Order: sequence, then structure tokens, then C-alpha cells
Amino acid sequence: MSDSGRSATPSRVSPDGASQAEAIRAIRLRHPWRNVFAVVLVAMLVLFVVDASQRDAYSWENFAKFVFDRRISEAAGYTLLLTVYSMVIAIILGVTLAVMRLSDNPVVKGIAWLYLWVFRGTPVYVQLVFWGLFATIYSTIDIGVPFTEPWLSFETSDLISVFWLAVIGLALNESAYMAEIVRAGILSVDKGQDEAATALGMSWLQTMTRVVIPQAMRIIIPPTGNEVISMLKTTSLVSAIPFSLELYGRQRDISAVIFDPIPLLLVASAWYLLFTSILMVGQYFLEKRFSRGVGQARPEKVDNATGAIPLSTGVITTPGTERESGADANGDTDAPGKDH
Amino acid sequence: MTNAAAASEAPMVLADRVSKSFGSNEVLKSISLTVPRGEVMCLVGPSGSGKSTFLRCINHLERVDAGRLSVDGVLVGYEERGDKLYELKPREAARQRRDIGMVFQRFNLFPHMTALENIIEAPIRVNKLKKDAAVAHGKELLARVGLADKADAYPAHLSGGQQQRVAIARALAMEPKLMLFDEPTSALDPELVGEVLDVMKGLAESGMTMIVVTHEMGFAKEVADQLVFMDGGVVVESGDPDEVLGNPQHQRTRAFLSKVL
Repeated sequence: MSDSGRSATPSRVSPDGASQAEAIRAIRLRHPWRNVFAVVLVAMLVLFVVDASQRDAYSWENFAKFVFDRRISEAAGYTLLLTVYSMVIAIILGVTLAVMRLSDNPVVKGIAWLYLWVFRGTPVYVQLVFWGLFATIYSTIDIGVPFTEPWLSFETSDLISVFWLAVIGLALNESAYMAEIVRAGILSVDKGQDEAATALGMSWLQTMTRVVIPQAMRIIIPPTGNEVISMLKTTSLVSAIPFSLELYGRQRDISAVIFDPIPLLLVASAWYLLFTSILMVGQYFLEKRFSRGVGQARPEKVDNATGAIPLSTGVITTPGTERESGADANGDTDAPGKDH
Repeated sequence: MTNAAAASEAPMVLADRVSKSFGSNEVLKSISLTVPRGEVMCLVGPSGSGKSTFLRCINHLERVDAGRLSVDGVLVGYEERGDKLYELKPREAARQRRDIGMVFQRFNLFPHMTALENIIEAPIRVNKLKKDAAVAHGKELLARVGLADKADAYPAHLSGGQQQRVAIARALAMEPKLMLFDEPTSALDPELVGEVLDVMKGLAESGMTMIVVTHEMGFAKEVADQLVFMDGGVVVESGDPDEVLGNPQHQRTRAFLSKVL
């Protein structure tokens, strides 16, 4: 096809550029139906906004009254705290689990897999209800030699506040997803990198911290940003514990008192939107920064619902074969990698 | 020390009936080879003949299943105490690898570091060299491979030939006593092969002990002291390169050479 196209305008490829064909000035193709659709959409949006601004159920005066209410802004602070604490713990745990899953020891690997199986296989809401019942299940926490009199014994409810139960519940669930993200990041680094560092006499820890992790970050950062945004919204589920000092719980308590739930839902939504918007802007800049010096577009986006890397990176399914095929692509096939 | 005395007399690399399998696939079958100090050995043979695996065994990237493999008189990857072999701890294996430089087919430069940073990384982290000293030495090495002006370039901005020369400089920065080259020019465009081979020739002339897996017969003929032809995991033929290339004794060698020459 391209050959015939080229022969139609032979002057275009003449190296001396003496007889260049003139630029095409054609009438642009019109898209009337697209325009109609756009107009309809705008009209519907305007109608909705105008209607909403006058509809009593939204009760905008209550929205205005509560949007900057002290209780609400404090609740927003709790939402942020829950997000930050649980994400920090989840990332640390996730890195640990990812390294465990890549271990050569089948028991370590199996235990990491079991953890992921349980925490990814059950709904986070159900897990949070369980954490709420933690003090019921384990009424005391004992320190000592098993099956003997404990040296120290604590009442669980004195030791862990509801807030920290919420943090733990969210963090443990999230760490399972972070583990997969980190693992995919580590596996995305070419095996030759590991080998080159090893051949230079670098230790495992040096190889990981100086060579593998810095390169894995480019893959890890974008989905982690998505996870932060997702976590911010998931904090609304901690009412299952029940912890109700964060945005969703607080607005529900207030609306129960004033018998007007709708404006307070709008208040909470406005705050969530504010935070997610800020995070999205931050993520944009982070992604830009970490794809620096790499001659390609931004790393692939991750499915927000599951936190899984798209399979096109080919790193989740069969890591062993995937990484070897790259090394052997240029001919010699007599160097398969270490046993997997 | 008796060890040091033994080391100075021993050949740089001594392989005695080395075997290696991946699962049921026997890749190396009783390989016996000797590389004397200061000599260059070229390993040639068809794909899948076990050349690369043998090279990787020498710095213990792969573990040997049978036989004995020693570098500078010291057993690779194991320690012999009494009549038992003990596998080395990672730290000890890493110490052995420090003295052995390796250059890979696909360069394997660290893409997030500049050329100079690639070179000084291991001297600083592994040999605990001061940064100034490492940088000075690194720049010297870059000049030696003809890339003095590329110190601050990232690998992505270098040609394949330049990347491979940086990789050679990176291996040399650890001041190895043995250099292993695993098809160093196979991933290069034809017009870039020469610059890498020139650096390797210079290295050979300076007296470095080298084992080179290659398909460059011209290079092998010119530089090698010993040429080894491998096929199917065994050494089919070895000796003076002119003799092996000019008057191959074995049918398999002749068949291979007729294809590559």
C-alpha cells in the first residue's frame, strides 16, 4: 500500500528536494452528528444543574451551613489520617510480602500467597467488621511463654483504639494489593540487571536497593497513586468497625440529628472530590518525574478496581519464562536462568 | 600463605570434567579446559552448545553439578573441607566474583545511572573506594575505551557499541584478574562491532586473561592463544586458532566453520 502511495508522488522522496509536491489543502471532513450529540449533552447538563439548584430536596442552605462546619473539617482530617497511616503501613507490608513471594523458600512463598489469598479474596467491608469484633474475639492480649501463665496481660480494648483498628483493617487489606504492584515492578526489571550487579560482586541488598528498586519505581508509582485515591474513598467503609469520626460517618451522624441526609451527603462528596482532585494532580507530576530519561510515554495505567498491572507487561503470568526470553532473544539459547 | 603460593602457580582457570544440567537437559558434559595466566581463550560453537553456560559457571552465576572448576587456584562456589564440599555463603561468592569481570551480550548497563555512575557504582559500594578515587579511576577507564566525553550520558543516549565499551570499563573498574565476554558483539549493528573488538584487543595486549565467547572468527584468529570449539555440551576440538580454523580435524567443526567463515 505504502509503496503504491509513494510511487504516486515520486517527487516527495527526491533527496535533493528540488521538486517538492505542494501541501494538500483539502476541505476538512465534517462530523454533523458528533456536533448534535455534543449539543444535546450540554443541554442536558444545563437542565440538570438548573433543576438541581432549585430543587428543595438538595436543600442548598444546609449545604452552605455545613460545608465548612468545624465537625466536618475535623472529620476530613480524620479521613486524611486514615488514608496516610494505612497507606504507609500497606506499602511497607506490601514490599515485605512482594519480596517473600519472590523468595526461593517454598514455605515463605506459600505463606505470602496464603495472606494474599485471604485478604484479596474477601471484601474489605467484611474484613472491617471482623476488625470491629477483634476485642470480642481476643479479649486480652497476653505476653509470655505459650501454654503457661502470661507475664503481662492487656485488655484489648484498652490497648487498641477504634481508630487504629480501622487503620489496621484498611492497611492489611491494602497491603495485599500493594504486594502485587511491588512484585510486578520488581519483575519488570530485566534479569540482566540483577546478573550484572551480581557479577560485579554486589550483595543481594545492594542489588535490590541500588539497581532493581530504582528501576521498579517507574512501574510501581502510577498504580500506587491510584491506590492512594482508592484508599481515600475506601475509608468511608470504616463505619463497619464502627469508627464514625471520618467524613462519611460524621455527616451521617449530623444528618441523623437534623433529619436531612441529602445536603450532608453532598458536603461529604465535595470534600472527597477536593482531596481526590489534589491527589490526581500530584500523581500527574509524580508520573512525569519517574518516566524521565526513558524514551517512552507514561507507564501504563492500572485497573483501579483490582490494582492489577495489565498483562501486556507480561510480568504477572509466567515471570521465569518471560524474563529469559528477553535475554536469549539474540541467539544463543544455552544460558537459561536459575531454577525457578 | 600456602594458598597464595598455590595461587601464583595455578592456571587462571582450570576446569576438570565440569558438568551442568538444567533439569534433564545436560548442557555441559565433562568439560576439561585450562586457561593459563595472561592468555586469551576464544569459545566458539553453534547456539545451545553450552559456551555461555560454561562462562556463567566460572563466576558462579550458574552452579556446577559435577567436576571441579577453579579460578586462580581457588575452587569456584564451593569450599572443600575434609572430603566434603560446602556451598559458599552469598557474601563469599560475591567476594570471588569481584575478581572476575563479566561483559554481557546485551550490555546490561544500569539505565538509571550515567556512564560514569555505572562504572563507579561497584568500586564504591563493594570495594568501599572513596568517591573521588573512584571517579578519577572511572574517567581514566572511560578515556581508555575512547569515551572520555560520554561520562554524563545515560545508556539510552549511547549507541550499542558505546554501551558495550562502557560495560567493559565498568567490569575493569573492579580491577579483575580475569575477564569473561559473553558474545560481546552479537547484539551490535555490524558497523559497531569493530570499536568493541578494538577495545578487547587492547585489553588482550595489556596482558589480561580473557575468555571470549564469540562468533567473530577474525578476532579469534588474531587475538586468541587458544581456540575451543564446543558442540552439544562437549569440547569437540581445541588448540592453536590457526590450526583449528585452518585444518579442523573433526567433521562437526568443519560443518560449523563452513557456515560461519
